[in-house]
Amino acid sequence: MRDARPLVRLLRDPAGAGQVKDWTSLVAVARAESLAGSLACRLEGLELPAPVEALLEAARRDGEAGRVQALWEAEMARRALAPLGVPIILLKGTAYAAAGLEAGRGRSIGDLDILVARPALPDVERALLAAGWEWVKEDSYDDQYYRRWMHELPPLIHRERDRMIDVHHAILPLTARPKPDMAAMIADRVALADGLFTLSPPDMIVHAAAHLFADGDMAGGLRNLWDIDRLLREFAEGDPGFWPALNERAARHGLLPAVGRAVRLAHHLYATPVNWCQAPISKSLISEATTPAKIGARHQLAAADLLYRRRLLARDGWGRARRPLIRLGFYVRSHWLRMPPLMLAKHLWVKARKPRR
Amino acid sequence: MAASLYAADPPETMRQFEVEGLTLLYHRKSGLTHFLAPPAPQILAALSAGPASAAEIAARMGESFEIESEDPAAAIAARLAELEAAGLVWRT
Amino acid sequence: MNHVFRLQVGPVSFRIGSQWRRPVAQLRRLYEGYPEPEGVCDFTVRLEAERVWRRWLRPSVAIRGDYVLPDAAPLPLAQGLLAAEMGMNLQMALGQKRFLLLHAASVERDGRALLMTGHSGAGKSTLGALLGERGWRFMGDEFALLDLADGRLHPFPRAVSLKNESLGLFDGVDPARLGPVLTGTPKGRIRHLRPNGEAVARMGEPATPVLILFPRFGRDLEPTVREVGAAEAFMRLTQASTNYVALGESGFDALTRFVGALPCRAIDYADTAQAQALIDELWAKA
Repeated sequence: MRDARPLVRLLRDPAGAGQVKDWTSLVAVARAESLAGSLACRLEGLELPAPVEALLEAARRDGEAGRVQALWEAEMARRALAPLGVPIILLKGTAYAAAGLEAGRGRSIGDLDILVARPALPDVERALLAAGWEWVKEDSYDDQYYRRWMHELPPLIHRERDRMIDVHHAILPLTARPKPDMAAMIADRVALADGLFTLSPPDMIVHAAAHLFADGDMAGGLRNLWDIDRLLREFAEGDPGFWPALNERAARHGLLPAVGRAVRLAHHLYATPVNWCQAPISKSLISEATTPAKIGARHQLAAADLLYRRRLLARDGWGRARRPLIRLGFYVRSHWLRMPPLMLAKHLWVKARKPRR
Repeated sequence: MAASLYAADPPETMRQFEVEGLTLLYHRKSGLTHFLAPPAPQILAALSAGPASAAEIAARMGESFEIESEDPAAAIAARLAELEAAGLVWRT
Repeated sequence: MNHVFRLQVGPVSFRIGSQWRRPVAQLRRLYEGYPEPEGVCDFTVRLEAERVWRRWLRPSVAIRGDYVLPDAAPLPLAQGLLAAEMGMNLQMALGQKRFLLLHAASVERDGRALLMTGHSGAGKSTLGALLGERGWRFMGDEFALLDLADGRLHPFPRAVSLKNESLGLFDGVDPARLGPVLTGTPKGRIRHLRPNGEAVARMGEPATPVLILFPRFGRDLEPTVREVGAAEAFMRLTQASTNYVALGESGFDALTRFVGALPCRAIDYADTAQAQALIDELWAKA
């Protein structure tokens, strides 16, 4: 298996499971992309060879156990922070699971990510430390960097439960160019039954797209894009106002290019139904498209999209990340997106100089 | 000043296994397993009747369980704090 | 991954890929007679060079696969076989979710199984392997697999890693069952021993556990037997399990049933003859 396309195809169209010859490679790719649980849920109920079914069943159960643990972390954070009276907004996988969204089904969830208003940070920090969380790293360089430029507190881990929490005050680092309107995101939050919140549906997509392209080096990109596909389908269904709302929010947060790219790639890889007339479109695609019929054609990715596509699919049947030059390019690019070039040089140099523990 | 009310998940949400006078407790909501010694399991049992203050819990327990301590109220308060940290009890 | 080896061990199968020929050749020889998995393999292990040039220049083997330890130090190519074994252990420890995993040795007699668990160096590995040569069926020395539904133990008869001191105890075995001598490993000088024909032939047969032992080895210890209460046993077994928490309620059920039903004993011994005597005595009563 030379790249991750077989996985993408199977996620898109589970009925193709009968044609799979090399399940071992498929599973290796899925695990490497943190999509084993999602794949197992997609294939639930299909007629499969017994050993494959046993493996997928174990993956589904594992996903369920992960979901319980993730929601529990959210609950314990809620209890610790309730006395402060500030809105706590869940992000990413925990949010999808807490809101009962399709994107949360079978999803592997790592740390707890929450968003709070920046002024509330000192109180939130104090309350978490008092309730049994402690700092992960003692390193002062990282700490200075984090607190001044990053969009989150330095990472905290719970002393007893050994689970991490990331407390965000923005969805992008302060050194990044797009400046999302955090006040608007917090104002538009959606309440859950237990007193916690999630972002509004359009803001959830905006965050997912920002996270996919602007925040990281796109490791785990296929999974993040799968989230976006599931979210888009669920939110757009039966809601004619969704696509215009997504456009409006993406523009407001200065993330139209990222959201546009995410939509195009999700459509291309996962066949997400898109209302192209209303979808976020980047300038380059507008200039390439001459008629409405051209927009949405499977091969009609913007030129730059193709590079992202290669990066997303760069995983072989052994689960190895391939195409190291592209990967390195994306790693440097992801840092470049976060900081001005001069600062980047200093940061990478200091990082490289420090002895590896 | 009104005393805090403590609450616990209903008994159906927990699995218990008695072993040598101790209680192994599986808490479904968290997926965590706890090792409890008296009076902790008795406190949880007392809370199955609904949220209560520490004094009320002591009263409920007094009917069926003898608290061996010079200062039963303090003992219960200490156990409640532990149960709260473990996530088995919370204040409403 | 130019060199590939597929291995079935009890109910678990592995696909092992290597950038070098030697480790795979050694694996093939060590696991001669083991069945090849049909269909999907449960786990993938990769032996690969950490940096591109490390494939040829002072070659060092990074242990990778479906599940990885991010900061794991690579091993020299001469210890490639050990790297493969560690890779398989890692997949089990981090990825096994079908069975409750216990870090324990197990042997079987008349359909009933004895489980021995404890810290590294407690001697359970050596004891398990020895009993396997002396009338018991060897089921495994590293991991015991507890079935979540029916509480039986499934065999997982991987090659036993024997440290220098223990090797002398296995003088009589067929030399074809021994792997290469590996020196300078994280555990000193070791050699791998393939379980005997019976263990391999019957790797698909689970057994009902009837006795749990916590052995402790020490040259100046008096041979003793102590009863271990179910509470202590439960505590120690969760510490000996890498996947108890991940299994949730099924894990709780399986383990409480396990300790609730079975006698547990701690034994101290200064040599294997003493251990064997104690075990025979306890087994007769079980």
